[in-house]
Amino acid sequence: MLKSLHIDPGKCTGCKQCEMACSYEHEQSFNPSLSRIKVFDFHEQGRFVPYTCTQCTEAWCLQACPVDAISANESLGAKVVSADLCVGCKVCTIACPFGTISYNPRSGVVSKCDLCDGSPKCAEACPTGAITFVDASATGLDKMRQWAQKTDTAAG
Amino acid sequence: MSWTGKILRVDLTSGTVKSEPLNTEWAQQYIGQRGLATRYMCAEVDPAVDPLAPENKVIFATGPLTGTAASTSGRYSVITKGPLTGAIACSNSGGFFGAELKFAGWDMVIFEGKSPTPVYLYIENDDAKLMPADDLWGQSVWATDKALHDRHQDPQLRVAAVGRAAEKGCLYAGVVNDLHRAAGRSGVGTVMASKNLKAVAVRGTNGVSNIKDPARFMKAVAAEKAVLAENAVTGQGLPTYGTQVLMNVINEIGAMPTRNARDVQFEGASDISGEAMHEPRKTDGRPNLTTNAACFGCTIACGRISSIDEKHFSVENKPQYHHNSGGLEYEAAWALGSDCGVDDLDAATYANFICNEDGIDPITFGATLAAAMELFEEGVITTEQTGGIELKFGSAEALVKMVELTGRGEGFGAELGLGSKRLCEKYGRPELSMTVKGQEFPAYDPRGIQGMGLTYATSNRGACHVRGYTVASEVLGIPEKTDPHVTEGKAGLVKAFQDATAAVDSTGLCLFTTFAWGLENFAPQLDAACDGEWTVERLAEAGERIWNLERAFNQAAGLTGADDNLPKRLLKDAGKVGPTAGMVNRLDEMLPEYYSLRGWTDDGLVPDETRQRLGIADSL
Repeated sequence: MLKSLHIDPGKCTGCKQCEMACSYEHEQSFNPSLSRIKVFDFHEQGRFVPYTCTQCTEAWCLQACPVDAISANESLGAKVVSADLCVGCKVCTIACPFGTISYNPRSGVVSKCDLCDGSPKCAEACPTGAITFVDASATGLDKMRQWAQKTDTAAG
Repeated sequence: MSWTGKILRVDLTSGTVKSEPLNTEWAQQYIGQRGLATRYMCAEVDPAVDPLAPENKVIFATGPLTGTAASTSGRYSVITKGPLTGAIACSNSGGFFGAELKFAGWDMVIFEGKSPTPVYLYIENDDAKLMPADDLWGQSVWATDKALHDRHQDPQLRVAAVGRAAEKGCLYAGVVNDLHRAAGRSGVGTVMASKNLKAVAVRGTNGVSNIKDPARFMKAVAAEKAVLAENAVTGQGLPTYGTQVLMNVINEIGAMPTRNARDVQFEGASDISGEAMHEPRKTDGRPNLTTNAACFGCTIACGRISSIDEKHFSVENKPQYHHNSGGLEYEAAWALGSDCGVDDLDAATYANFICNEDGIDPITFGATLAAAMELFEEGVITTEQTGGIELKFGSAEALVKMVELTGRGEGFGAELGLGSKRLCEKYGRPELSMTVKGQEFPAYDPRGIQGMGLTYATSNRGACHVRGYTVASEVLGIPEKTDPHVTEGKAGLVKAFQDATAAVDSTGLCLFTTFAWGLENFAPQLDAACDGEWTVERLAEAGERIWNLERAFNQAAGLTGADDNLPKRLLKDAGKVGPTAGMVNRLDEMLPEYYSLRGWTDDGLVPDETRQRLGIADSL
């Protein structure tokens, strides 16, 4: 079963455990500036929103890369950057409509979410269930369940 | 390691900034943050110094676990000699600033001297420089935060700043970071402003990557996160209601200081409680509370994000407050609410916003206003002094007006800014000041919770609840239930809480974890992350060392056992109603035993043999 990250901003408290888990997994450092998932704090609205790559099927970043450094891992559904092939041209960062692939000046290559080989550390670290790794064809299941519960068509 | 091994020394007089290695021997003895900075204070500052003189220093300090994946790892402290008390001052804050400072590569920043003109410190990883702040002087914390984000064009910049109150000499101004988290108590912001230092702005992209045993650390972190999640207080009570979960609980047991502690229960408590913050408002149908929020790395998320009813008189013509910001926590709700007799949730929320915007401690502000209200009701002060404002208990209008004036240091607010001790002495009624060592006690009445009387009396930074929170045991039964009305055993209980707290405050993690964690939950995380062997015994010993070093600093500053006292009201005027009726605090039954357990003299002095035992003999 193909799985994907599912984000429910309503559950996010802005703690950044996901950012630390991500940067630790990929960079061996607790370092939000290197995290591939970011939590945004819309302070005046009182909202926190985690945001990361959604692994587009026809990925703009993959299409744009001139050296084929980005490949699709079909079994995971992840688009993965090869640090060995990447030349740091940043064309993918222009192509991506969502801004979720970014250049790391220290390594000289780009980085993006790769779903951690199938066990995303951000979802494991999230204390509230705001980030989950679920059946890609049913990311809306919880919302459907909530609305289903409110639906009562049975006549008395 | 997990310490960065570097401290930043900023000489404000000459305008120079330099890096120096951390004293790792001291780090092994004092852990970090509160303990380690106190060790530096003792080595570098004459305890007798005038707190507002250039010779005093201000230290921003992180702990070894700050900025790691350990839950609640966002903490830092500001340590100095406090102007409100003349004692060591150490105020702890969350938010995101502390972790950012660690990510930039610094365990501590030591500020010394005094800048000839207003400045702020800008840190970008290894680069740190003082920059002109003439245009920021006279601005609120919120305006300063915005100006610095605009100037550096960096949305991820983290700012800690002082507001207008600090500049105007309010003696309980705090350092506010991330808009609404504060190193709030004892006037640490006042000392910062006295040095013409307006703000510290930091951006750190180095991260923390020197964990001693990463695999063991991640395993320990995951296990301790699970303990927090499964605990009723840290897993449910605090996320749902914040510290405001306590308002109704403490009121019901008759331990709610009300109207300047004339009463022990507040009839309006439920109107300003954590539960009330969830209730839809009549006017717009929205609750006061929008969401809970976490500080950096925190899996508890007790923070409150609130809004004020746009129709409420406090903000009716002030659209700049028609948005969410940091909401009421229990101590603030008590001080701005119960202690002033105010049951208006919106007014208290507004006062809380202003305390954050202008950087004042809501506990001392509220308790000082409560003392002023009593002076007013007794006819000692009149509208002549207050600028025409009727300072009556229960008046939300008076609260709103006075917090604005105090935040800006204007009118009667300038007098309120000196704290209740100086205010009540000035008007010849010193007994109306609810202070210990010059600092107002917070939201637990020691007539109904005996151990808190000893905690307040012996706290090294003046009356304080987070120096030995025996409420956990006496009311909540954590780690085990003791009777709040008895004094027997409280000396040992207070000592144990004080020592453990001193250790926890030095790690970089949050004291609120201790509703679920004991030192046995901290030790494995520290031991996996940090050089050295970190056991429960060693943490407890470090905590006792830190407590005694703070005490020794205060002793050298001129404080004595006579300063370990409580306001007469708590010792003589019995509670009138509820479970506390007929009760006073019986400090004299606890204090001698406490001194004995501490290894101090009958007069409360720290003798040589105790100093030798704890390894602090040569620290001062």
